Amino acid sequence: MTIEVAGLVVRRGGRAVLDGLDLDVGSGVTGLLGPSGCGKSTLLRAIVGVQRTHGGTVTVLGEPAGSAALRRRIGYVTQAASVYDDLTLAENVAFFARVLGVAAAETDRVVEAVDLGAQRQHVVGRMSGGQRSRASLAVALLGRPDVLVLDEPTVGLDPVLRRDLWALFHQLADDGAIVLVSSHVMDEADRCDRLLLMREGAIIAADTPEAIKQHAGTPDIESAFLRLVES
Amino acid sequence: MSPARTLAVALRVLQQVRRDPRTLAMLVVIPCALMALLWWMFREVPGPSPFDRTGPALLAIFPFVVMFLVTSVTTLRERASGTLERLLAMPLGRLDFLLGYGLAFGLLAAVQSGAAVGVSVGLLGMEVHGSVGVLLVVAVADAVLGTALGLFVSAFANTEFQAVQFMPALVVPQILLCGLFVSRDQLPGVLHAIAEVLPLSYAVDAMQHLTVGSADSTVTYDLLVVLGYAVALLVLGAVTLRRRTP
Repeated sequence: MTIEVAGLVVRRGGRAVLDGLDLDVGSGVTGLLGPSGCGKSTLLRAIVGVQRTHGGTVTVLGEPAGSAALRRRIGYVTQAASVYDDLTLAENVAFFARVLGVAAAETDRVVEAVDLGAQRQHVVGRMSGGQRSRASLAVALLGRPDVLVLDEPTVGLDPVLRRDLWALFHQLADDGAIVLVSSHVMDEADRCDRLLLMREGAIIAADTPEAIKQHAGTPDIESAFLRLVES
Repeated sequence: MSPARTLAVALRVLQQVRRDPRTLAMLVVIPCALMALLWWMFREVPGPSPFDRTGPALLAIFPFVVMFLVTSVTTLRERASGTLERLLAMPLGRLDFLLGYGLAFGLLAAVQSGAAVGVSVGLLGMEVHGSVGVLLVVAVADAVLGTALGLFVSAFANTEFQAVQFMPALVVPQILLCGLFVSRDQLPGVLHAIAEVLPLSYAVDAMQHLTVGSADSTVTYDLLVVLGYAVALLVLGAVTLRRRTP
């Protein structure tokens, strides 16, 4: 149960966004941290299999990324809340459940999991930003996928909600899922089992938060990041 | 391809339209109002009313144009919002997606054309010698054609502005050449040849044949050509709908 990326190259407009990137992601909650524009979303899109690549391999659960067999085993939250603004939460979740072919009972479970039970009949377009991104997360949880790829799911959320979502991610990982979460907020680092620090299209560190801090000799990930960049 | 997924997409599109009653009302009322305007325009022209000749052509053009615009904008919205990317990462066939849209908008077109035909024949006294039922079928086929063309061109547009520009580029020439302004036989050779391969020409022919009561076989032929174009465009649309994007 792993994600393996080897020599991944993605070019956009003549510029290499990712230039021979290697990484492994195992079970647990892995955080992909790095500043905006460093290539996090591109990397996540390559893992999901929706990014056109120009070299290297991406293997998810032993299958090439994007293969038909993987499409029901990966839950994906894009950076934009990819739900229909003019539908209610219940209608959104029911639609994606039909596309995935999962039981209707699943829809209640995922709505409860993201704590939006009371907003079921609300039109998504009129929800707050945080509620919309949780609605998007609910869709990704349909059918209990083995891999969850979440692109900045906690951005702009209030601290209580962020804590609850990270607890949810750990619960999903405890149930056996690979959870890969990206963020540009360094203070989320300590909530991850394992970290991938990314900068300018390259992984500059891959380890547990403790090991990264210890290795860099710094008290927090932000300063460890700086030290890694400056060394 | 799976019928259940196609239906899921169609149902969802209809749910979205239902949330937008203003669009729904405009979709139904505007073609009726335009038919009435056309009738009124020719009211005082002496001799046999040109309304009987131009009216049917308009009944073919409305569903085509409206569905073209609605489809290209909605599909583009789906690309921009990230929902298309999410759907293509799921086990959804590309044809399921396109046919779902075709089905939903075809149904809307049936309602729209039903109202426009009802007003034209019932209130404005348009003469239809053929079957009104077949007239409706032709209108739905025209709408599906517009939907298919809209889905296809949305692949080449990055913004709503670009998508709307495809209307003067791809739709207006078809309206000019379909025989509404100048009979296609009287067009210069090159334009005649072009007009003969444009799908809207056949859509308009089908309507005009129906109103004058031509043999069923001519109408069937025109209808099949329109549907053939619609299927070809849907398949082309499926080809341009990439799971992997730059």
